[in-house]
Amino acid sequence: MAREKIVVAGGSTKSWKLLLGLRIFAFMATLAAAIVMSLNKETKTLVVATIGTLPIKATLTAKFQDTPAFVFFVIANVMVSFHNLLMIVLQIFSRKLEYKGVRLLSIAILDMLNATLVSAAANAAVFVAELGKNGNKHAKWNKVCDRFATYCDHGAGALIAAFAGVLLMLLVSSVSISRLLINSKHLSTTTTVV
Amino acid sequence: MVKLTKRIGGLVLRLAAFGAALAALIVMITSRERASFFAVSLEAKYTDMAAFKYFVIANAVVSVYSFLVLFLPKESLLWKFVVVLDLVMTMLLTSSLSAALAVAQVGKKGNANAGWLPICGQVPKFCDQITGALIAGFVALVLYVLLLLYSLHSVVDPFLLQKS
Repeated sequence: MAREKIVVAGGSTKSWKLLLGLRIFAFMATLAAAIVMSLNKETKTLVVATIGTLPIKATLTAKFQDTPAFVFFVIANVMVSFHNLLMIVLQIFSRKLEYKGVRLLSIAILDMLNATLVSAAANAAVFVAELGKNGNKHAKWNKVCDRFATYCDHGAGALIAAFAGVLLMLLVSSVSISRLLINSKHLSTTTTVV
Repeated sequence: MVKLTKRIGGLVLRLAAFGAALAALIVMITSRERASFFAVSLEAKYTDMAAFKYFVIANAVVSVYSFLVLFLPKESLLWKFVVVLDLVMTMLLTSSLSAALAVAQVGKKGNANAGWLPICGQVPKFCDQITGALIAGFVALVLYVLLLLYSLHSVVDPFLLQKS
């Protein structure tokens, strides 16, 4: 009988509200990062050579698919925002359900995995973007940002949103872990926090 | 008896993670190659790329942290803190590995649209050592994910396996 954990109906505890708020912000941040980066494209006509007095123009496009790190960035942010959406829906619509032992644990583990995923994606993209912005003298790689300024600006905006998402996901997984800890401390009583 | 095996298992896991992170750190630091062609000599070392420097720093932090946690006594109250710190270290490891991989991939394949040529053809030994360091970093990451699950389990007992 001591093994039963009956949930107090209603979702008005502080940790529930905090978790929901953090998740909504994390969802918005990662979704914004994914959308801004996936729409990142700039086409420019540049003069590549001059024969006599006739300049030869070439149309170059900078798009996010050129760099595998940015593709990973978009995919990972879409996955994390989808995870957050799912968790928000689950949290709102299942207030009356019991929290059997596995449910809080699986939410905590999934939150941890998604936090590491979004941190990996944001970090890979920021280092490759730094290469594009500053170039690399040792490898003789020229910088891209002086010619494609709008592309770089949009990319920077997406990266800022993604780092906000990283911080928020870290907070979300910390709150999930603390809910798991609180829940397991109330093992011997028959009511527990939602 | 079961508790002792679990504790020893946790210690072995952490020792292995410490070893893997230290190995990644050392292999990356000692990677250095000098190549010369047409009287121009270029030296490739890990400080050329910011991502590799970050990889070295992150693995150093993780190694020091693992070494310190190895000596944490069993009944200490800090174990709950260790769960969150393990999560932070896992995020650090995965972000550094991911950044180093992204930059190494550009170095190996180049980027045709940006006009960046691959450099692995000119400094093959450097590239091989970087690959080795990244593999060690990946092993450290996998071990840290297992450690995270282990410390969560040892603090929380979420499957209610212990009889109260």
